[in-house]
Amino acid sequence: MTETLAAGTSTGTEEIPAIRLRKLTKVFGDTVAVDGVDLDIRHGEFFSMLGPSGSGKTTVLRLIAGFELPTSGSIELEGKDVTAMAPFQRDVNTVFQDYALFPHMSLVDNVAYGLRVRGMPGNRRRERAREALDRVQLGKFLGRKPAQLSGGQRQRVALARALVVEPKVLLLDEPLGALDLKLRQQMQVELKELQRSLGITFIFVTHDQEEALTMSDRIGVFNNGSIEQIGTAHEIYERPAGIFVANFVGTSNIFDAAQAQALYGRPDPLCIRPERLRVAWTGEPERRSGITSRPGTVTSFVYVGHATQVRVQLDGGPAVVALVPEKLPGGDAELVNQPVTVSWDDDAVVWLPARGT
Amino acid sequence: MRLSRSAKVVLGVVTALVLLFIYTPLMLVVVNSFNADRTFGWPPKGFTLEWWGKAFDSPGVREAVLSSLWVAVVATVISLLLGTLLALSLQRYDFFGRDVINLLVILPIALPGVVTGIALNNMFTTILGVPLSLWTVVIAHATFCMVTVFNNVIARLRRMSPGLEEASADLGAGVFATFGLVTFPQLRSALLAGGLLAFALSFDEIIVTTFTIGAGETTLPIWILQNLFRPNQAPVVNVVAVVLIVVSIVPIWLAQKLSGDSVRVSGARLKADER
Repeated sequence: MTETLAAGTSTGTEEIPAIRLRKLTKVFGDTVAVDGVDLDIRHGEFFSMLGPSGSGKTTVLRLIAGFELPTSGSIELEGKDVTAMAPFQRDVNTVFQDYALFPHMSLVDNVAYGLRVRGMPGNRRRERAREALDRVQLGKFLGRKPAQLSGGQRQRVALARALVVEPKVLLLDEPLGALDLKLRQQMQVELKELQRSLGITFIFVTHDQEEALTMSDRIGVFNNGSIEQIGTAHEIYERPAGIFVANFVGTSNIFDAAQAQALYGRPDPLCIRPERLRVAWTGEPERRSGITSRPGTVTSFVYVGHATQVRVQLDGGPAVVALVPEKLPGGDAELVNQPVTVSWDDDAVVWLPARGT
Repeated sequence: MRLSRSAKVVLGVVTALVLLFIYTPLMLVVVNSFNADRTFGWPPKGFTLEWWGKAFDSPGVREAVLSSLWVAVVATVISLLLGTLLALSLQRYDFFGRDVINLLVILPIALPGVVTGIALNNMFTTILGVPLSLWTVVIAHATFCMVTVFNNVIARLRRMSPGLEEASADLGAGVFATFGLVTFPQLRSALLAGGLLAFALSFDEIIVTTFTIGAGETTLPIWILQNLFRPNQAPVVNVVAVVLIVVSIVPIWLAQKLSGDSVRVSGARLKADER
């Protein structure tokens, strides 16, 4: 945990980070929504804040945007302290979860709004807005009102409206949450490409771990108002820093301290990803060094298309899920309750420090 | 809900009877304003524009119309300002005593006019020592006209997404630019509806006016009351009454159309969305 955090923050020393949060805390009444968050987000980075609802990720975003003032702590934008500044004084823009398009304005006027309040003359700002709408493939709908668009189109308008003023940092508050799966996946790709071509720092809030893993350069996993782990998708998935992260990001097989003690003689919880487990249907254990095997009983299957999730109750251990890519040697009726052996490479084991339970 | 044929007929007849009962007397006033018979015998003996001509020529009537218009306009302007500010503060901010203030603001429209009238009369003459005039009428009217604006605006604010103003600030607009470009356009039709209602309320108000109007001043309803029992003025009173009916009904009809329209338009849009 401390290792990853240090790796996440220390890189900011050679260059000024786009966003720097220090001991950021926000209290609403009796609830501590954000609890002393330290975070550096690099220039041009696609950073995701991932966490369940109520974990404080949206509040952090609103603090960066300036819609809320922190109870304590500081926010720096490119080295400048913006903690006490009003939203309209900050060089960050937001794509809202419900898009918040102005219903009484046409698309062009919506997108040109930020330029208008900056005093750009009518012709120029409309020209710029038209270009921005072209970029998101909505050039044909300049005169329409937001209510005449579909959800995906509104999402693009919100994006164009926020990007046309060329912010240093773009904040996205679960922008894909209201879209259906197909459109969401398409927008994920578009967003990522857009971010890469513009080179603007994106801060993306989501509760969807798959979305975060696909799109982000780095991910911060939030829980109870603080950050559990910061790292690349690969690091977060392969080396979760605690039980919370292991459970929240992907599926994990967790062995508690006592079970781990019995297996390896070390009293710390550990986790193994389902795709790292192998099931031997014959019940014949693999006997090689660096491999651990445990007998168990199959309890159920879930076919997920590219593979089958096999749930096995280990003898004297936890129930684990193994992802089996190959065809199963029989149907449900024959395989349920069959004794099997589950084995894994010892280097697939991730030790989880007790913190974060 | 589906209604049987007989239920529909019964409901239709009852509705027609009730409406007939309400509007026949009003129609009678309109018809009599053109009735050639001085005593308003029924059926009317003939059609005449004489009373309308007389009414237009009467300086008393003209003065009363102007007074009424002036009072209604000024009271409406004050109501728009105060009603909007009140609605904004009560809807947007949570503070100690908010619910009490909300109740106190709405209360004047429910209070009997006699009570409001006597209370304000006392306040003006004995406590403040202000001589009664058309201005005192304006202030008195504003106390309850404000409520219609307040109700319309607060209902609109509750429906409006708070995200819009955040988005505006996020895009760089200051407080006043946000109000002018985002909040006010959202409130426009609510303000118009509330203002029209306030105007209509003030224009035909009589009870509070009686207690707060200065000596020698007349508004249209006061003029009617003063001339009602003078036999030779009766035909002109009818004309004035018709004017009052028209001036009161038109704003209400407009206000209803306006608030109804915005609902219908957004409803249609929602449906278009689903497709």
